[in-house]
Amino acid sequence: MIGIEHYVVVSTILFVLGVLGIFLNRKNIIVILMAIELILLAVNINMVAFSAFLGDLVGQVFAMFILTVAAAEAAIGLAILMIYFRGRGTIAVDDANRMKG
Amino acid sequence: MIQTIAFYMFAIIMIASAVMVITARNPVHSVLWLILAFFNAAGLMVLVGAEFIAMLLVIVYVGAVAVLFLFVVMMLDIDVAAMRAGFIRNFPLGIVVALILLAELVLGIGAYNVGAINLGTPPAGDASVVAESNTAAIGALLYSKYVFLFEIAGIILLVAMIGAIVLTHRPSKSKRGQQDIGKQVRRNPDEATVMKQPEVGKGVEL
Repeated sequence: MIGIEHYVVVSTILFVLGVLGIFLNRKNIIVILMAIELILLAVNINMVAFSAFLGDLVGQVFAMFILTVAAAEAAIGLAILMIYFRGRGTIAVDDANRMKG
Repeated sequence: MIQTIAFYMFAIIMIASAVMVITARNPVHSVLWLILAFFNAAGLMVLVGAEFIAMLLVIVYVGAVAVLFLFVVMMLDIDVAAMRAGFIRNFPLGIVVALILLAELVLGIGAYNVGAINLGTPPAGDASVVAESNTAAIGALLYSKYVFLFEIAGIILLVAMIGAIVLTHRPSKSKRGQQDIGKQVRRNPDEATVMKQPEVGKGVEL
Protein backbone atom coordinates (compact mmCIF):
# COMPACT_ATOMS: atom_id res chain seq x y z
CA MET A 1 0.00 0.00 0.00
CA ILE A 2 1.23 3.44 -0.90
CA GLY A 3 1.71 5.66 2.11
CA ILE A 4 2.55 9.29 2.64
CA GLU A 5 6.26 8.43 2.83
CA HIS A 6 6.34 7.41 -0.82
CA TYR A 7 4.91 10.74 -1.89
CA VAL A 8 7.30 12.66 0.34
CA VAL A 9 10.29 10.78 -1.10
CA VAL A 10 9.16 11.37 -4.68
CA SER A 11 8.65 15.07 -4.12
CA THR A 12 12.01 15.30 -2.34
CA ILE A 13 13.76 13.76 -5.33
CA LEU A 14 11.93 16.11 -7.67
CA PHE A 15 12.88 19.13 -5.56
CA VAL A 16 16.54 18.14 -5.52
CA LEU A 17 16.45 17.63 -9.29
CA GLY A 18 15.08 21.15 -9.69
CA VAL A 19 17.87 22.62 -7.59
CA LEU A 20 20.42 20.56 -9.53
CA GLY A 21 18.94 21.90 -12.77
CA ILE A 22 19.56 25.47 -11.64
CA PHE A 23 23.20 24.61 -10.93
CA LEU A 24 23.80 22.67 -14.13
CA ASN A 25 22.30 25.14 -16.57
CA ARG A 26 23.81 28.31 -15.22
CA LYS A 27 23.91 29.92 -18.66
CA ASN A 28 20.52 28.92 -19.97
CA ILE A 29 17.91 30.98 -18.19
CA ILE A 30 15.01 29.20 -19.90
CA VAL A 31 16.02 25.89 -18.35
CA ILE A 32 16.48 27.69 -15.02
CA LEU A 33 12.85 28.83 -15.23
CA MET A 34 11.82 25.25 -16.03
CA ALA A 35 13.79 24.01 -13.03
CA ILE A 36 11.90 26.49 -10.86
CA GLU A 37 8.68 25.04 -12.25
CA LEU A 38 9.91 21.57 -11.23
CA ILE A 39 10.60 22.83 -7.69
CA LEU A 40 7.11 24.31 -7.45
CA LEU A 41 5.66 21.05 -8.79
CA ALA A 42 7.48 19.14 -6.05
CA VAL A 43 6.01 21.49 -3.44
CA ASN A 44 2.57 21.01 -4.96
CA ILE A 45 2.85 17.22 -4.82
CA ASN A 46 3.83 17.48 -1.17
CA MET A 47 0.90 19.78 -0.42
CA VAL A 48 -1.62 17.58 -2.17
CA ALA A 49 -0.27 14.35 -0.67
CA PHE A 50 -0.39 15.67 2.87
CA SER A 51 -3.82 17.16 2.24
CA ALA A 52 -5.17 13.86 1.00
CA PHE A 53 -3.62 11.69 3.69
CA LEU A 54 -4.65 14.11 6.44
CA GLY A 55 -8.18 14.45 5.10
CA ASP A 56 -7.84 18.22 5.23
CA LEU A 57 -8.68 20.11 2.05
CA VAL A 58 -6.78 23.30 2.91
CA GLY A 59 -3.61 21.85 1.39
CA GLN A 60 -5.30 21.51 -1.98
CA VAL A 61 -6.60 25.07 -1.79
CA PHE A 62 -3.10 26.33 -1.14
CA ALA A 63 -1.74 24.13 -3.91
CA MET A 64 -4.04 26.11 -6.21
CA PHE A 65 -2.50 29.35 -4.96
CA ILE A 66 0.98 27.96 -5.58
CA LEU A 67 -0.16 27.10 -9.09
CA THR A 68 -1.38 30.69 -9.57
CA VAL A 69 1.88 32.19 -8.40
CA ALA A 70 3.86 29.76 -10.57
CA ALA A 71 1.89 30.78 -13.66
CA ALA A 72 2.33 34.49 -12.92
CA GLU A 73 6.03 34.00 -12.27
CA ALA A 74 6.53 32.14 -15.54
CA ALA A 75 4.70 34.84 -17.50
CA ILE A 76 6.69 37.70 -15.98
CA GLY A 77 9.99 35.82 -16.19
CA LEU A 78 9.52 35.03 -19.85
CA ALA A 79 8.47 38.64 -20.58
CA ILE A 80 11.66 39.92 -18.93
CA LEU A 81 13.60 37.32 -20.90
CA MET A 82 12.06 38.58 -24.14
CA ILE A 83 13.04 42.22 -23.57
CA TYR A 84 16.50 41.14 -22.40
CA PHE A 85 16.98 39.15 -25.59
CA ARG A 86 15.73 42.07 -27.69
CA GLY A 87 18.26 44.42 -26.18
CA ARG A 88 21.24 42.05 -26.09
CA GLY A 89 20.70 39.36 -28.69
CA THR A 90 21.64 36.69 -26.14
CA ILE A 91 20.16 35.18 -23.01
CA ALA A 92 23.40 34.37 -21.19
CA VAL A 93 22.80 35.35 -17.60
CA ASP A 94 26.50 35.57 -16.82
CA ASP A 95 26.85 39.02 -18.36
CA ALA A 96 23.59 40.33 -16.93
CA ASN A 97 25.38 42.93 -14.86
CA ARG A 98 23.76 46.13 -16.01
CA MET A 99 22.57 46.95 -12.50
CA LYS A 100 25.95 46.10 -10.93
CA GLY A 101 24.33 43.81 -8.41
CA MET B 1 -1.98 -3.70 -6.09
CA ILE B 2 -2.94 -1.75 -9.18
CA GLN B 3 -2.52 1.42 -7.15
CA THR B 4 1.03 0.49 -6.22
CA ILE B 5 1.94 -0.30 -9.81
CA ALA B 6 0.41 2.96 -11.00
CA PHE B 7 2.20 4.94 -8.32
CA TYR B 8 5.60 3.52 -9.20
CA MET B 9 4.98 3.98 -12.91
CA PHE B 10 3.97 7.63 -12.53
CA ALA B 11 6.77 8.37 -10.06
CA ILE B 12 9.51 6.76 -12.13
CA ILE B 13 8.41 8.36 -15.38
CA MET B 14 8.08 11.74 -13.67
CA ILE B 15 11.53 11.63 -12.14
CA ALA B 16 13.11 10.33 -15.35
CA SER B 17 11.52 13.13 -17.35
CA ALA B 18 12.65 15.66 -14.73
CA VAL B 19 16.19 14.40 -15.24
CA MET B 20 15.74 14.84 -18.98
CA VAL B 21 14.41 18.39 -18.47
CA ILE B 22 17.61 19.50 -16.79
CA THR B 23 20.00 17.57 -19.03
CA ALA B 24 18.46 17.84 -22.50
CA ARG B 25 20.63 19.65 -25.04
CA ASN B 26 17.81 21.37 -26.84
CA PRO B 27 15.50 23.66 -24.81
CA VAL B 28 12.55 22.55 -26.95
CA HIS B 29 13.13 18.97 -25.81
CA SER B 30 13.34 20.25 -22.25
CA VAL B 31 9.88 21.79 -22.57
CA LEU B 32 8.46 18.56 -23.99
CA TRP B 33 9.95 16.52 -21.14
CA LEU B 34 8.52 19.08 -18.71
CA ILE B 35 5.06 18.44 -20.18
CA LEU B 36 5.53 14.70 -19.61
CA ALA B 37 6.58 15.38 -16.01
CA PHE B 38 3.45 17.47 -15.44
CA PHE B 39 1.20 14.76 -16.86
CA ASN B 40 2.72 12.17 -14.55
CA ALA B 41 2.46 14.48 -11.55
CA ALA B 42 -1.22 14.89 -12.40
CA GLY B 43 -1.47 11.10 -12.42
CA LEU B 44 0.06 10.96 -8.95
CA MET B 45 -2.47 13.48 -7.73
CA VAL B 46 -5.35 11.52 -9.22
CA LEU B 47 -4.08 8.43 -7.38
CA VAL B 48 -4.30 10.25 -4.11
CA GLY B 49 -7.84 11.47 -4.79
CA ALA B 50 -7.19 15.11 -5.66
CA GLU B 51 -8.64 15.05 -9.14
CA PHE B 52 -9.45 18.76 -9.30
CA ILE B 53 -5.86 19.83 -8.66
CA ALA B 54 -4.70 17.20 -11.14
CA MET B 55 -6.92 18.55 -13.90
CA LEU B 56 -5.92 22.09 -12.98
CA LEU B 57 -2.29 21.04 -13.30
CA VAL B 58 -2.90 19.68 -16.78
CA ILE B 59 -4.89 22.73 -17.89
CA VAL B 60 -2.72 25.44 -16.37
CA TYR B 61 0.75 23.95 -16.70
CA VAL B 62 0.47 21.95 -19.90
CA GLY B 63 -2.10 24.17 -21.55
CA ALA B 64 -0.70 27.56 -20.64
CA VAL B 65 2.73 27.60 -19.04
CA ALA B 66 4.40 24.92 -21.15
CA VAL B 67 2.97 26.41 -24.35
CA LEU B 68 4.27 29.81 -23.23
CA PHE B 69 7.70 28.26 -22.74
CA LEU B 70 7.52 26.66 -26.17
CA PHE B 71 6.61 29.98 -27.79
CA VAL B 72 9.47 31.81 -26.11
CA VAL B 73 12.00 29.07 -26.85
CA MET B 74 11.05 29.07 -30.49
CA MET B 75 10.93 32.87 -30.79
CA LEU B 76 14.39 33.40 -29.36
CA ASP B 77 17.28 32.48 -31.58
CA ILE B 78 19.45 30.61 -29.10
CA ASP B 79 22.92 29.30 -29.63
CA VAL B 80 22.48 25.88 -28.04
CA ALA B 81 26.18 25.03 -28.01
CA ALA B 82 27.11 28.21 -26.14
CA MET B 83 24.38 27.53 -23.63
CA ARG B 84 25.92 24.16 -22.83
CA ALA B 85 29.40 25.55 -22.29
CA GLY B 86 29.39 25.54 -18.50
CA PHE B 87 27.58 22.25 -18.12
CA ILE B 88 30.60 20.04 -17.42
CA ARG B 89 32.32 22.71 -15.35
CA ASN B 90 29.27 23.23 -13.13
CA PHE B 91 28.56 19.52 -12.79
CA PRO B 92 30.69 18.66 -9.68
CA LEU B 93 29.45 21.64 -7.67
CA GLY B 94 25.86 20.96 -8.66
CA ILE B 95 26.09 17.30 -7.72
CA VAL B 96 27.67 18.16 -4.36
CA VAL B 97 24.99 20.71 -3.56
CA ALA B 98 22.22 18.36 -4.68
CA LEU B 99 23.59 15.48 -2.59
CA ILE B 100 23.90 17.70 0.48
CA LEU B 101 20.36 18.96 0.00
CA LEU B 102 19.06 15.42 -0.51
CA ALA B 103 20.87 14.20 2.61
CA GLU B 104 19.42 17.07 4.62
CA LEU B 105 15.91 16.43 3.39
CA VAL B 106 16.16 12.68 4.03
CA LEU B 107 17.51 13.31 7.51
CA GLY B 108 14.74 15.81 8.14
CA ILE B 109 12.02 13.43 6.99
CA GLY B 110 13.61 10.56 8.88
CA ALA B 111 13.91 12.54 12.06
CA TYR B 112 10.37 13.83 11.81
CA ASN B 113 9.20 10.55 13.21
CA VAL B 114 11.12 7.32 13.36
CA GLY B 115 9.10 4.76 11.47
CA ALA B 116 5.85 5.77 9.89
CA ILE B 117 5.06 9.46 9.73
CA ASN B 118 2.58 10.43 12.38
CA LEU B 119 0.11 12.63 10.61
CA GLY B 120 -1.78 13.77 13.67
CA THR B 121 -5.44 14.57 13.51
CA PRO B 122 -6.97 17.27 11.34
CA PRO B 123 -8.83 20.08 13.05
CA ALA B 124 -12.33 18.80 13.50
CA GLY B 125 -15.15 20.22 11.45
CA ASP B 126 -12.97 22.77 9.75
CA ALA B 127 -12.26 21.63 6.22
CA SER B 128 -12.57 17.91 6.32
CA VAL B 129 -13.12 15.85 3.22
CA VAL B 130 -16.82 15.24 2.99
CA ALA B 131 -18.67 12.65 1.01
CA GLU B 132 -19.29 14.91 -1.97
CA SER B 133 -16.85 15.12 -4.84
CA ASN B 134 -13.42 16.63 -4.51
CA THR B 135 -14.28 19.53 -6.80
CA ALA B 136 -17.43 20.43 -4.91
CA ALA B 137 -15.62 20.27 -1.58
CA ILE B 138 -12.81 22.51 -2.81
CA GLY B 139 -15.33 24.95 -4.24
CA ALA B 140 -17.27 25.09 -0.99
CA LEU B 141 -14.08 25.80 0.91
CA LEU B 142 -12.58 28.20 -1.60
CA TYR B 143 -15.62 30.40 -2.02
CA SER B 144 -16.44 30.63 1.67
CA LYS B 145 -13.43 30.66 3.95
CA TYR B 146 -10.70 31.53 1.47
CA VAL B 147 -12.63 33.92 -0.74
CA PHE B 148 -10.30 36.84 -0.03
CA LEU B 149 -7.23 34.77 -0.84
CA PHE B 150 -9.01 33.71 -4.01
CA GLU B 151 -9.55 37.36 -4.95
CA ILE B 152 -5.91 38.14 -4.21
CA ALA B 153 -4.88 35.26 -6.49
CA GLY B 154 -6.98 36.85 -9.22
CA ILE B 155 -5.31 40.21 -8.66
CA ILE B 156 -1.88 38.54 -8.84
CA LEU B 157 -2.81 37.08 -12.21
CA LEU B 158 -4.13 40.45 -13.41
CA VAL B 159 -0.93 42.22 -12.38
CA ALA B 160 1.16 39.52 -14.06
CA MET B 161 -0.86 39.86 -17.25
CA ILE B 162 -0.59 43.66 -17.35
CA GLY B 163 3.09 43.49 -16.47
CA ALA B 164 3.87 41.01 -19.22
CA ILE B 165 1.99 43.10 -21.79
CA VAL B 166 3.64 46.35 -20.71
CA LEU B 167 7.09 44.76 -20.73
CA THR B 168 6.89 43.20 -24.16
CA HIS B 169 4.64 45.61 -26.05
CA ARG B 170 6.33 47.56 -28.83
CA PRO B 171 4.51 50.54 -30.34
CA SER B 172 4.03 50.10 -34.07
CA LYS B 173 6.34 52.02 -36.34
CA SER B 174 3.96 52.49 -39.28
CA LYS B 175 2.75 55.97 -40.26
CA ARG B 176 -0.80 54.88 -40.79
CA GLY B 177 -3.08 53.95 -38.00
CA GLN B 178 -1.35 56.01 -35.35
CA GLN B 179 -3.97 57.10 -32.88
CA ASP B 180 -3.07 59.65 -30.22
CA ILE B 181 -5.84 59.23 -27.72
CA GLY B 182 -4.64 62.13 -25.56
CA LYS B 183 -4.74 64.49 -28.50
CA GLN B 184 -8.25 63.39 -29.33
CA VAL B 185 -9.46 63.83 -25.79
CA ARG B 186 -7.77 67.23 -25.41
CA ARG B 187 -9.65 68.67 -28.36
CA ASN B 188 -12.10 71.36 -27.46
CA PRO B 189 -15.41 71.72 -29.34
CA ASP B 190 -15.16 75.54 -29.22
CA GLU B 191 -11.95 75.74 -31.21
CA ALA B 192 -12.67 72.73 -33.36
CA THR B 193 -15.92 74.03 -34.84
CA VAL B 194 -16.97 77.44 -36.11
CA MET B 195 -20.50 78.70 -36.50
CA LYS B 196 -20.98 80.90 -39.63
CA GLN B 197 -24.02 82.78 -40.75
CA PRO B 198 -23.37 83.38 -44.48
CA GLU B 199 -25.16 86.16 -46.27
CA VAL B 200 -27.33 85.35 -49.22
CA GLY B 201 -25.38 85.09 -52.45
CA LYS B 202 -21.95 85.02 -50.85
CA GLY B 203 -19.75 82.10 -50.10
CA VAL B 204 -18.21 81.15 -46.84
CA GLU B 205 -14.57 81.90 -46.23
CA LEU B 206 -12.83 79.07 -44.50
